[in-house]
Amino acid sequence: MKHYEVTGQKDTRSGFGVGLLEIGHKNSDVVGLCADLTGSLKMDAFKATFPERFFQVGIAEANMMGLAAGLATTGKIPFTGTFANFSTGRVYDQIRQSIAYSHKNVKICASHAGLTLGEDGATHQILEDIGMMKMLPGMTVINTCDYNQTQAATVAIAEHYGPVYLRFGRPKWPVFTDTKQKFEIGKAWLVSEGKDVTIFCTGHLVWKAIEAGHQLAAMGIDAEVINIHTIKPLDAEAVLESALKTKCVVTAEEHQKAGGLGESICSLLSQKAPTPVQLVAVNDSFGESGKPEELLKKYGLETENIVAAVQKVLEKRGK
Amino acid sequence: MPTTQDLRQLTLQIRRDIVRMVHAVQSGHPGGSLGCTEFFVTLFFDVMKHNPESFSMNGKGEDVFILSNGHISPVYYSTLARSSYFEVAELATFRKLNTRLQGHPATHEGLPGVRTASGSLGQGLSVATGIALGKKLDKDPNTVYVLTGDGELEEGQCWEAIMYAAHNKVDNLIVTVDFNGQQIDGSTSEIMGFTELKNKFEAFGWMVLEMNGNELEEVKLTLTQARELSRKGKPLVIIMKTEMGHGVDFMMGSHEWHGIAPNDEQLKRALDQNPETLGDY
Repeated sequence: MKHYEVTGQKDTRSGFGVGLLEIGHKNSDVVGLCADLTGSLKMDAFKATFPERFFQVGIAEANMMGLAAGLATTGKIPFTGTFANFSTGRVYDQIRQSIAYSHKNVKICASHAGLTLGEDGATHQILEDIGMMKMLPGMTVINTCDYNQTQAATVAIAEHYGPVYLRFGRPKWPVFTDTKQKFEIGKAWLVSEGKDVTIFCTGHLVWKAIEAGHQLAAMGIDAEVINIHTIKPLDAEAVLESALKTKCVVTAEEHQKAGGLGESICSLLSQKAPTPVQLVAVNDSFGESGKPEELLKKYGLETENIVAAVQKVLEKRGK
Repeated sequence: MPTTQDLRQLTLQIRRDIVRMVHAVQSGHPGGSLGCTEFFVTLFFDVMKHNPESFSMNGKGEDVFILSNGHISPVYYSTLARSSYFEVAELATFRKLNTRLQGHPATHEGLPGVRTASGSLGQGLSVATGIALGKKLDKDPNTVYVLTGDGELEEGQCWEAIMYAAHNKVDNLIVTVDFNGQQIDGSTSEIMGFTELKNKFEAFGWMVLEMNGNELEEVKLTLTQARELSRKGKPLVIIMKTEMGHGVDFMMGSHEWHGIAPNDEQLKRALDQNPETLGDY
């Protein structure tokens, strides 16, 4: 299992803020919109640097999506910022009609996704957003794993034409990917090569999968860890290649089982290369208040759950 | 500049197009379309500065129109075709498989003249406001027009946009409300009374004009006045009283013809009342 050095503890949303400022300098068509959460989304620097290209829309997310669609019509590249729940479920029809169906180049940037939002509880901890967004034809869906990857992804989506859902989170989290990485939309990242089992992981759970990989190595199990940061379009080639090699798969994500990365992987494998799979994800449940680590433990998204899932899938496959 | 007589001829032809399109596929929305014909004709053939023969999605350097109440697509499509955005013959494909003239307007099939999908109500005001913001960033002095239904104002998103546009002085935006007083389940006064609509807009910080949308000369006068009043720090709305089904006597003044197609005999009666002026498609 490859070793990754943790260079700091930073929130992924701050990576978004830095990335947005960076592309704001590079491309004058980039505009930002925010629904009364500028500080939470780390959009302050963009707002201060490009005040004429920043639109405070107030607590009116439906209007924000429409404004973004209109700005995109004129050739701007709008980045909308609010919590993941208000970026998706609250405005699903606005995104569907005015952005996705109308082919608008809008970047829907969503913070505070998943359980790790913590104490605010289930009203804000959306666990269905990946599913909703990946069902929309033409929508690119990205869930980043650390500060650096989020910064790189923010820059990359500005250079990609088409609607994108970029999902990140609230808590400080280990930073372990390269600072100068090039983010390739739709291209899986081989975190660590292995031969016994593949762990496909996304978002905050990539770090948990790496931890699990080390624990498994100590048990004599050589896990391949692959980061699927782009859930749609899925890197089918990378998924199939690894699954055909290891012949058993675990998926790990901070999302419902229904609609998430695990479901996308299962759908692909069942059609192209039937393989035993174990899903580490929330099982048809809302979240609740608590500390991020407490919640990940209670809802079965911890390192130990990934290790247990690997053991189970190895049993299913048979040695 | 077209004369009032020119515009009147267009309204007759477009009304023919509307009822023929809806009759041909036995589906679509004739009532609201007929009620807004004078508005469309005046806007597209007289008031707006636009480039029908070289349509560009971004609308830079021209006025832009957004239809929020997308179900009145027949009048929109006929107007676009008669303005030369596409061939009038294509009107015959309305609502048929593989058409660019979808039941509700869409950009998906690349129909020139359409810049956003609409049909799910309440979204067009926001999209139009976004285009107006884009024009301001580009220092483009042209105007964004949007038409919305009156029943559509029951959607909360409309008021988000109305609040936003006033607060941010989006004054290159001219909204028209098709105030026909009807919606699917009955009259708007029964369903969700629009009392004090003018006062509501004024309280939100808008300039308000009113007009009878079925009087060509009044429509022209009011749209011209609206243009003169724009760019003065406030968004502007025209509350346009119309009669649903206007120009076809048996469809007038009732919500019954919101989404119903005429039969053969009704088609004949409707066409008799609207003689061919510019050639049927």
